Amino acid sequence: MAAVKVLEVTSPGPLTTLQDLGRFGFGQYGVAQSGAVDSFSLRVGNRLVGNGENEAGLEMTLAGPALIALREIAIAVTGADIQPQINGIPIPMWRSLIMRKGDRLSFKGIRSGLRAYLTVGGGINAEIVLESRSTNLGARFGGLSGRPLMKGDILSAHTPHPHLKTEGTALPFQRIPSHIPDVTLRVIFGPHQHHFGPEMLSIFQQADYGVTEQLDRTGIRLTGPSIKEKAGLKTSIISEGVVSGAIQIPGDGQPIIILGETVTGGYRKIATVISADLHRLGQLRPGNKVRFMAVPQDKARIALEKLETIIRSVKGSRHSGRRQ
Amino acid sequence: MLYEKPIYRLMGDRSLLVELGDEIHMAVHERVRRLFLAVKQASLETLLDAVPGYCSLLLVFDPLTTTSDQIRKTINDLFHNLDEFELPEPANIEIPVVYGGKYGPDLPWVAKYHKTTPENIISRHTQNGYHVYMIGFIPGFSYMGELPETLETPRKKTPRTTVPRGSVGLAQKQTGIYPARSPGGWQIIGRTPLDLFDPSKNRPSLLEMGDRVRFCRISEEEMSHWLR
Repeated sequence: MAAVKVLEVTSPGPLTTLQDLGRFGFGQYGVAQSGAVDSFSLRVGNRLVGNGENEAGLEMTLAGPALIALREIAIAVTGADIQPQINGIPIPMWRSLIMRKGDRLSFKGIRSGLRAYLTVGGGINAEIVLESRSTNLGARFGGLSGRPLMKGDILSAHTPHPHLKTEGTALPFQRIPSHIPDVTLRVIFGPHQHHFGPEMLSIFQQADYGVTEQLDRTGIRLTGPSIKEKAGLKTSIISEGVVSGAIQIPGDGQPIIILGETVTGGYRKIATVISADLHRLGQLRPGNKVRFMAVPQDKARIALEKLETIIRSVKGSRHSGRRQ
Repeated sequence: MLYEKPIYRLMGDRSLLVELGDEIHMAVHERVRRLFLAVKQASLETLLDAVPGYCSLLLVFDPLTTTSDQIRKTINDLFHNLDEFELPEPANIEIPVVYGGKYGPDLPWVAKYHKTTPENIISRHTQNGYHVYMIGFIPGFSYMGELPETLETPRKKTPRTTVPRGSVGLAQKQTGIYPARSPGGWQIIGRTPLDLFDPSKNRPSLLEMGDRVRFCRISEEEMSHWLR
């Protein structure tokens, strides 16, 4: 099954990378999971064009690239409102659309949120490295030779033709997430909540934290009331594995939310964002406000099942293969 | 201290931290390695990843197909039969290093800190064998120990923005190798021409938790033999 050329990059955008749902099982070698930070948007985007959920798409940060279609393809744009256009005419997001050969796809820029996703019927092709097509930018492997999109890149896809019939498939309007600047993230306390006194746990839950400029695919640094560990404890802990969503408290007491490019860490974690809210982390941008709300495990499960129901209701899908 | 039984701590709704001790110690490390290998061998379908640390094992699972309670139960069962689990012999790996000069810019400082000569630092580093406690931070980065007191050196006050690939460093009781160019705060005393991380291989990291490492000194000229 040979891949065929589908898109040519005429402008790469500030940071556009190829991502699927991530790389699992190589943590023992220090390999982080990578993958779409807003996995909800990538999964829905893939389903809209009839792909398996784990196909690779473009993760576009802050502003988009510009691309020319090299043949007729089905595409979908999901995630942050990036104002997509075909041949200069605004097109809807969260919907499977057809690009004809020679059509130009461009983006006016993101209005709210931070990351948008482009999926292509057939899935964007790339070599599978350690069982994933995701780009590991730090170690420079996966995706497009481990680097962001560049001008002149040619993207290919496997058998794009059968996916054309998904045209018009859309996520119902009321299901489209809004990326508001004020976000409540649900968390489960731990693993180190016992290292913090009750007053610190209550500050953590009541305070507003601001999202700083120090934000990338490895983590999000917040600013707000300092959280201090109990007296007599060192500021760091012995290094251990971490997952994305874990909220680290470094020496200065300003929380850092870990994202998918990090595999181990030496700071204590006061709480961890629940799976159902992880995709929201991908849309936080500097200046946004974050609040944390602790929930029990069963609430986290109900929230996740609800999110899954929304994703599975999207009908362009021919497969439902899902990892993570 | 090595715990009598594991302490389980939730890290969100999709991972469970299994703590087996509370210090960097061979006995704790052995227990982590044993449990890690037992978990790998059991190849649990609901488990997405298992990440060993110095004193803990992080288990990442799919919260839609299993629960932390189920994982906990499975680990308890494995833990009770852990002593019967046969531990494979660790690999012995020799790492060639060019010490000092442009390859080890912190060697003079480290020597001064220990009130000795750079030559002495090099022979202390090559005399001892080290244990790979864990791989983390960046792909293939090995945390090895323990350094004798005569090599124990604090991290740099201000970390470097870039440390070259292959750099061999010291930090407190640990020694390690940067498999790729990266920011870093370890004291750099030399460089190895070996390729420590190759993502095209199924076992991408040259070093694995539990391996035994010795450093051997090579000259700058010899370095070119290793470079392809």
